[in-house]
Amino acid sequence: MFQIYLPIAEMSVDIFLLLGMGGMVGFLSGLFGVGGGFLMTPLLIFIGVPPPVAVGSEVNQVVAASVSGFMAHWRRRQVDFKMGVVLLAGGTLGSAFGVWLFDILRQLGQIDLVISISYVFMLGSIGTLMMVESVRAILRRRGGSTARKKAHVHNWAHGLPFKMRFRTSRLYISAILPIGLGFFVGVLASIMGVGGGFLLVPAMIYLLGMPVSVVIGTSLFQITFVTAVATILHSANTQTVDVVLAGLLTLGAVIGAQFGTRVGAELRGEELRGLLALVVLGVCGTLLWRLISEPSNLFSLSVVGLH
Amino acid sequence: MIRPRLAALSIALAILALAMRPATAQDLIADLSNHRISITSDFKGTELLVFGAIEGGGDVIVVVTGPRDNVVVRKKDRVFGIWINAESAEFRNVPAFYAVASTNPLEELATPDQLRLYEIGLAGLRVDAEDDVDETEETEFLAALIGLKQANGLYPEAPLHINVFGGRLFRVKIPFPADVPVGSYLVQSFLIRDGQVVGAQTSPLEVGKGGFGADLYEFAYEDGTLHGILAVLGAVMAGLLGNLMFRRP
Repeated sequence: MFQIYLPIAEMSVDIFLLLGMGGMVGFLSGLFGVGGGFLMTPLLIFIGVPPPVAVGSEVNQVVAASVSGFMAHWRRRQVDFKMGVVLLAGGTLGSAFGVWLFDILRQLGQIDLVISISYVFMLGSIGTLMMVESVRAILRRRGGSTARKKAHVHNWAHGLPFKMRFRTSRLYISAILPIGLGFFVGVLASIMGVGGGFLLVPAMIYLLGMPVSVVIGTSLFQITFVTAVATILHSANTQTVDVVLAGLLTLGAVIGAQFGTRVGAELRGEELRGLLALVVLGVCGTLLWRLISEPSNLFSLSVVGLH
Repeated sequence: MIRPRLAALSIALAILALAMRPATAQDLIADLSNHRISITSDFKGTELLVFGAIEGGGDVIVVVTGPRDNVVVRKKDRVFGIWINAESAEFRNVPAFYAVASTNPLEELATPDQLRLYEIGLAGLRVDAEDDVDETEETEFLAALIGLKQANGLYPEAPLHINVFGGRLFRVKIPFPADVPVGSYLVQSFLIRDGQVVGAQTSPLEVGKGGFGADLYEFAYEDGTLHGILAVLGAVMAGLLGNLMFRRP
């Protein structure tokens, strides 16, 4: 009804559909405390936005979604800036590599496939892990037994060279670890349009051994800056950032997140995680179905030498 | 840049050839309702009115050709249970848009040679495959290309009929879909008598993005880095503003 033309996606979309999608994903991200990029990019692909534009615009929206969280943690001094900068060094390299790879895959006509397959793997594994975790937590609560986990485990990672001291995190570890982790998450940001918090947070706790109090703030620092770098690189090299699209999604998400946070405060964590796992697995299944079901038209066109 | 010039040159030559025929150019006069189609943020497709007059009878054919590009056609194939782009074929000089309207079915109006000479009708369209494409592939992929263009409304499929009033005035509406490609278009009107093209007129048509969307698109392609930096600043401001507005007391 109220169609708006997206100049980079080059398509007309109902403005309320975009606001609604932004609101829904924003609500989920407020509810579960996740970024939401990993749900938004597939949804954009489902409504017909070209996958490269979905990624380029979503990475821009993640900047908006993560910056206020980062500022809030900064005010509370819950950011390890030294760790953040080391992660970011890897993240910048990773996101540059990701944009380079993205451009080549697009020229080969395989970028849509790579985006979809990456999402199937990522959503499939995260959804399964979350489901297992929440079912276990629910069973444990009913059974009444509590298992204690070790917070910090010494493993192979502590034998690596180039050790650095991170005072805020009270760590003395090899710089290779955070640089490598940052690099990997940077590649994900460029190719999938996600912040990567779902991967960064557990890796910082279990792989790097950072104290939980600074993990969220530091990961938000890394996510804000890496998605900013990925946005600029995508805009400069692949012209896939649609600011009209990103702006409408942000508007919806900001409002949705407020409601999500309020509702989330009144619900139980385990059931919530189980619910999110169902949503994630549903999106994963839909993407997988699109890959394996025979397409209605086997052929597709693309113009050589874009504009 | 070279191709539009070549196209313009070949059309100029065709018109020059027509000038030497018995009928004069005045036998056909045509114009467009609009020489520019502007794609603004609420664009839902449009119709272009081509109208004119003929003198001394005959049939009229109107051809609208969009900007020509090289296009890769890709075919999906099943690999390990997943449908992926496998084979591909590249074609040169593919019009982004191509519509033909006529007073009578094309095959009744002119010989295939004449249609091919003036590139009238899909059968007359001169689209060349790259050298590495073999003949069977070419037929298959070209048919797929035309099919996809038709499905998107870029090569209108239903025959567009030109109405003639009082044997002299003609008019036809050419439909353009919402995702019509931007660029320089040509609208050619032909006057046909006894199976021969005896008069032709060419009018230019510009399809461009209009308003805010146009500026954004141009900016994004001309200075992607600055566009990206501003996109990030906008996102940062939106994020902070949203947080301020909803902060609980």
